[in-house]
Amino acid sequence: MANIERDEVSGTDTTGHEWDGIKELNTPMPRWWLWTFYVTIAWAIGYMILYPSWPTLNTYWKGTLGYSSRVELNTALQDRDKARAPWTKKFAALPITEIAKDRQLLEYAMAGGKVIFADNCAPCHGSQGSGAPTYPVLADDDWLWGGNLEEIETTVRYGIRSNHDEARDSEMPAFGDDYLSVSQISDVSEYVMSFTNTSKDADAAKRGSEVFVEECVACHGETGQGGRDFGAPKLSDNVWFYGSTREDIIKQVSKPRHGVMPAWQARLDDVSIKQVSIYVHSLGGGE
Amino acid sequence: MQALLERNVILLGIATLITISIGTLVQLVPLYTMETTIEKVDGMRPYTPLELTGRSIYVREGCYLCHSQMIRPFRDEVERYGHYSLAAESMYDHPFQWGSKRTGPDLARVGGKYSNDWHVAHLMDPRSVVPESIMPGYSFLATREVTGDKLAAELKTLRVVGVPYTDDQIENTKADLMAQANPEMGDAEALEARYPKIGLGDFDGDPSKVTEMDALVAYLQMMGTLVDTTSYQVGPDGW
Repeated sequence: MANIERDEVSGTDTTGHEWDGIKELNTPMPRWWLWTFYVTIAWAIGYMILYPSWPTLNTYWKGTLGYSSRVELNTALQDRDKARAPWTKKFAALPITEIAKDRQLLEYAMAGGKVIFADNCAPCHGSQGSGAPTYPVLADDDWLWGGNLEEIETTVRYGIRSNHDEARDSEMPAFGDDYLSVSQISDVSEYVMSFTNTSKDADAAKRGSEVFVEECVACHGETGQGGRDFGAPKLSDNVWFYGSTREDIIKQVSKPRHGVMPAWQARLDDVSIKQVSIYVHSLGGGE
Repeated sequence: MQALLERNVILLGIATLITISIGTLVQLVPLYTMETTIEKVDGMRPYTPLELTGRSIYVREGCYLCHSQMIRPFRDEVERYGHYSLAAESMYDHPFQWGSKRTGPDLARVGGKYSNDWHVAHLMDPRSVVPESIMPGYSFLATREVTGDKLAAELKTLRVVGVPYTDDQIENTKADLMAQANPEMGDAEALEARYPKIGLGDFDGDPSKVTEMDALVAYLQMMGTLVDTTSYQVGPDGW
């Protein structure tokens, strides 16, 4: 079979294979290609020696450079912490109110807080705290649980109804569950609407005022001014979570919905919580 | 050699076998001789029936096509998502959901980052909470009820491949499924005894039935919360 002959046109040998009279030229690979191939083999061998590669029976070859992505990351994080230490030490030591008074620290808090907010808070509260349906606006002065620096920090740290032991917690009773009659709920909703002058049925509102005094005042206050101890919303303004129509209010009184905010203590470190709290305080409504 | 092998099919077969065997042995033998390839950490447990149902929905809907569950050990990832993923955290995943492409964010530690309400609103209509999102809506999950009829068989199957479900857990599969989504109706205490560190409650805001939305949100809220990452310290040799 091996009948190598020289092809006269190209001057190259054939492979000696022949299929029905068709012969194949044995053209060598281009030299540049061949050398590139050899270099990659040499590179691979060098790589195997320098970096973690082959497994052994109970461990693996760790490479002469001793490289590990996890160790490299730890070093990078330690370097970061060291570089930030002059700031973070002060953040850890000082209460949040003192941090906000220091111009330089404030600047640092704002820069970091902005980034932390965008990643963790914006999905619910909107970019720059613009709020979303059923999620509070953070850029106005209407606060459920308090809007000074310390109160904001507490809310961020432990969350609201988050199952954390220190969480801000309250629950409005479901007045529709055989507690108040349908007409009582309807009346008290009418009375709640009278705070914002949207009630159209003065008689019902008057009847509702008695129910309100008995059932609602403890948390929402006599004039519907709200109560921060319980996160009870102000009823005499035009900020409504779950709607301001009569139907919406009846629905909320009958079977209330409650907002939940996660506790951030587990996800964010102490410094980050202080930074983002100062940022939130600065959005427009800080007290 | 080349000429010999390409002319003798038996020799070619033997040579091929030898070549493949070397590769196979190098990969396989250490797995039998090593004590473990998984980090020793505290807190990992098999998924509850409800979480497992949610996980199956996650796989069924192809969430892994856009979301990875693998935080890589790089500073930018660790700062955004939290501690990098450990092998131990996906040890009960069959198949694992590490993923290799992110159109959406990594979800390995999404548990506890949002409220249940947010997840439901987001799954119903992602743009209602994230205006720039390109994720499709999954509102049909809220209407599809979960019965859990075949779930005990799934637990048994997983036990065959190494997930340590106990007889007690398999026996109470359906009761646990219902109790997690509806703690007042079921025996939540027994459930918590069988599965520590779980989220309880009606996840989808509709306590009248257990839906696929309940299951998926329960799964999402569990993700990345089981292992105590502080119980893991990287050694000087990189492990």
